[in-house]
Amino acid sequence: MSDALKSKIADVFDEPGCDHNVNKEERQRKKGCAKPLTPGAAAGGCAFDGAKIALQPIVDVAHLVHAPLACEGNGWDNRGAASSGSERYRTGFTTDLTELDIVMGHGERKLYRALREVIEAEQPPAVFVYATCVPALIGDDIHAVCKAATQTFGTPCIPVNAPGFVGSKNLGNKLAGEAMLDHVIGTVEPAETTPYDINIVGDYNLSGELWQVKPLLDRLGIRILGSLAADARYKQVAMMHRAKVTMMVCSKALINVARKLEERYGIPYFEGSFYGISDTSEALRTMCRMLVERGADAALLDRCEALIAEEEAAIWAQLEPFRPRVAGRRVLLYTGGHKSWSVVAALQELGMEVIGTSVRKATEEDKGRVVEIMGDDKHMFDNMAPKDMYRLLKEAGADLLMSGGRSQFVALKAKMPWVDVNQEKHEPYAGYMGMVDLLRAIDRAVNNPMWEELRSPAPWDTPLEQGAILPAHRGACPVTGVPAAATARPVTYAPGEAAGDLPPHAATVMPNGAASLAEAPPSSVTPSFPTSPTLSPAALSALPSSTTDFEDC
Amino acid sequence: MAKLIHPRRALSTNPLKSSAPLGAALVYLGIARAIPLFHGSQGCTAFAMVHLVRHFKEAVPLQTTAMNEVSTILGGADQIEEAIENLRKKAAPDFIGIASTALTETRGEDVPGELKLILRRRADFADTQVVYASTPDFDGGMQDGWARAVEAIVTALVPEMTERDSDLRQVNLLCGSHLTPADIEELVRLIRAFGLEPLVLPDISTSLDGHVSDDWSGCSQGGTPVARIPDAARSAFTLAIGEQMRGAAQIIEDRALVPYRVFQSVTGLKPVDALVRTLMGLSGVQDPPPSVKRDRARLLDAALDAHFHTGGVKVAIAADPDLMFALGTALASMGAEIVTAVTTTPHTPLIDRMPCEQVILGDLGDFERQAAEAGAQLLITHSHGRHAAHRLHLPLLRAGFPIFDRIGAQDVCRTGYRGSRAFLYEFANLMQAQHHRATPQDFGAAPIPEEFDHDPQPTRH
Repeated sequence: MSDALKSKIADVFDEPGCDHNVNKEERQRKKGCAKPLTPGAAAGGCAFDGAKIALQPIVDVAHLVHAPLACEGNGWDNRGAASSGSERYRTGFTTDLTELDIVMGHGERKLYRALREVIEAEQPPAVFVYATCVPALIGDDIHAVCKAATQTFGTPCIPVNAPGFVGSKNLGNKLAGEAMLDHVIGTVEPAETTPYDINIVGDYNLSGELWQVKPLLDRLGIRILGSLAADARYKQVAMMHRAKVTMMVCSKALINVARKLEERYGIPYFEGSFYGISDTSEALRTMCRMLVERGADAALLDRCEALIAEEEAAIWAQLEPFRPRVAGRRVLLYTGGHKSWSVVAALQELGMEVIGTSVRKATEEDKGRVVEIMGDDKHMFDNMAPKDMYRLLKEAGADLLMSGGRSQFVALKAKMPWVDVNQEKHEPYAGYMGMVDLLRAIDRAVNNPMWEELRSPAPWDTPLEQGAILPAHRGACPVTGVPAAATARPVTYAPGEAAGDLPPHAATVMPNGAASLAEAPPSSVTPSFPTSPTLSPAALSALPSSTTDFEDC
Repeated sequence: MAKLIHPRRALSTNPLKSSAPLGAALVYLGIARAIPLFHGSQGCTAFAMVHLVRHFKEAVPLQTTAMNEVSTILGGADQIEEAIENLRKKAAPDFIGIASTALTETRGEDVPGELKLILRRRADFADTQVVYASTPDFDGGMQDGWARAVEAIVTALVPEMTERDSDLRQVNLLCGSHLTPADIEELVRLIRAFGLEPLVLPDISTSLDGHVSDDWSGCSQGGTPVARIPDAARSAFTLAIGEQMRGAAQIIEDRALVPYRVFQSVTGLKPVDALVRTLMGLSGVQDPPPSVKRDRARLLDAALDAHFHTGGVKVAIAADPDLMFALGTALASMGAEIVTAVTTTPHTPLIDRMPCEQVILGDLGDFERQAAEAGAQLLITHSHGRHAAHRLHLPLLRAGFPIFDRIGAQDVCRTGYRGSRAFLYEFANLMQAQHHRATPQDFGAAPIPEEFDHDPQPTRH
């Protein structure tokens, strides 16, 4: 690891904006919050993953991954960050380093050539170059390559130095933020600024979530000047230094950016969430208050209150029809961060019972909110092994799991409804209108008639009441053409224990009819069975009769 | 549950149904070495034949009594006799199935009576089995014609019995018009898995399955052998697939004391479970073969994966009652909402049981209008629905008859655990293929200012 990267990581870890960090001892604080990962028990993405996630939603930038194939080849096109403009961010660009490149040290040269090609082909406003483990290990100097390419081609080439092995996804988020602070923010001036310009940091516009909130901002006359990186253009990142207020959305992932925007450009920040009704209102209130403090017209506050009152009333009216469909349902939330509490209040308000919420990746503040909303901390839990979750879902009698994709199959294989509330989800649940979408998803999940069918026993779980004596097989097997043996004997089938003694199917498929209950111990043949291969009229009437049809299909 | 709506209009726009004689022709094609014969004018046959050929991509030996103006007025018995004679000369079929048309029915010919006389007089016709079904074009659709033809066959060929003499390994499988060759094959496989031997009637799975055979006989290329049909009297049980097969099953019971059960659907978990349970009872097999158990487990998993794409989806379906019911209930059991159901014939109790508010007895015009009004997200009907799909910008799941703009219609299986699984995937994938990229305007948001967009400059070197 280069010294520059080392000191950058140390700097990122020493985060005065993070209460968790501030509360630590001096020595521990310097060590940072890098929890050593446990081999064999680690899950989650690496630093490169985090960096890519944080920046990829910048839609018009060419995102070039300097790596052997796996980093981009296995990871591209997997998130639903939506764009209203360029689709370039969806294209996977990588240097696809080969063995020869690595052995011969051709990495830097290949990167430079790749930069030339992508700039010529795409003419992007900028290229982001992501470092990964292998180039970092063999000592490729991506900073130098980017500098040279920027000078030669005139297109900003921005190094994002967060190779996977330096740490977690969260660290990668922060390092990506640092790259923006070092190379992008403050490089472009907006044509004009207004007192209503804001930055939104830490939102990714998954499935268009930002746009569910944007109409509210539009009505208040608030402009999203800077965005990192929901539906962002490169220029919107470069202009972030001119906003009046920064809203930090996803808890602490990019807190270093928000804090340094304040330090360097005097832009105050606040932490807010657009998940849940009260949180959306609270975020709007705080945003307007801070804008007014920074010079916006004080009437904004009144307009904001009026908007909140109107929207809240409207949304509760829209949610009310769901109440009878979801009331009393028990929900297990397995997410993390601010999502551990932000939708709980609304679910409870609609009569749902939240039986537990995980507080992974949640801050002390987040945990405080959980206790505040749920009354105590009994419903809080940390990580949970899939095995335990499966047991909990089966035993605790939850009706619904709301989580990310990783625990999806734990729920589904337990025949338990599941709603995706993490980044892979295909529906937006933000702002006021997002709650309707969330409730619709919950309704659709828990009230799908499929669950009852799936949980009902298989036909063979109920014992047969009637035995049968079938004649020996005749003719040839329709699949193999093997003829039935002339010595074939009738086959007796018996319900209950007799069936257990002899796998009946084994008897039916053997063309020679050798396996027959006639050879089984006599005790297994119940005397009440008809002894003739021809059914008696009484036995016939016991067969499924033509007077009853299947009303259950 | 659903109520039947007869639209008050004189104009039918874009027909949904195919004619009843066509259904009868298909049944006859499910008999080995058979030729269907339409008693009507030449055009009745030509249109039906083109329809069949477009769907199956096979040469179809469909013939006509070629009624002209004079024979129509004077009566067509001679035409029938001549047609039988010529067909026997040309192709020596084992079986000739006659279906009446609107033309001859309007005149009111007593074909059964005439036929009896002809066959009595013509001893040389003895080695060809001739069966007649009354299938006027003006009553019902393809499904009704199909049912009439199967009823006519069992009435003519299944002997009357005074007591049971059952082969307990044999079951009758009466197949409705909504089953494709692949559907029948799947049911046969399932029945055989329980050590039972199905007597399939009619069996289009061996005649219209799309295979290359070595001879060109001018007859059907496979199907139930005529000589086997009387054996239906010796079956232990009749499995009637589709409500339309109830009549034929009842006739077999009346004539030969073979009990039956009607399976209104064999698509979806519950209906297939019901069929399997019956097969377990018939065979005495408590522990079905591993393949059956595994197929059920896989259907459960398919349902879990598919339910994200079926839950809450608004579906419009137009088909003959049995197909509408089978697919409609399977989707409703997966949380889909049937917002439009259009069907072809009122002669069925299934309409009451459809999981929707109303069923329209109508055409594709009603279908399109109603689907648009109800905000349907996916259409299910035959290939003619493509125009509605195009105009409404909706995906079309092709089901029913005819399917002429896709090949392999005969190979689509939607029955049994395996076919149900395939159907769920088919539906879910159609939904996923409708990729909608959200825009700010979808949510009522103003677009992002153009000022922020990048203005590409020529690269400098």
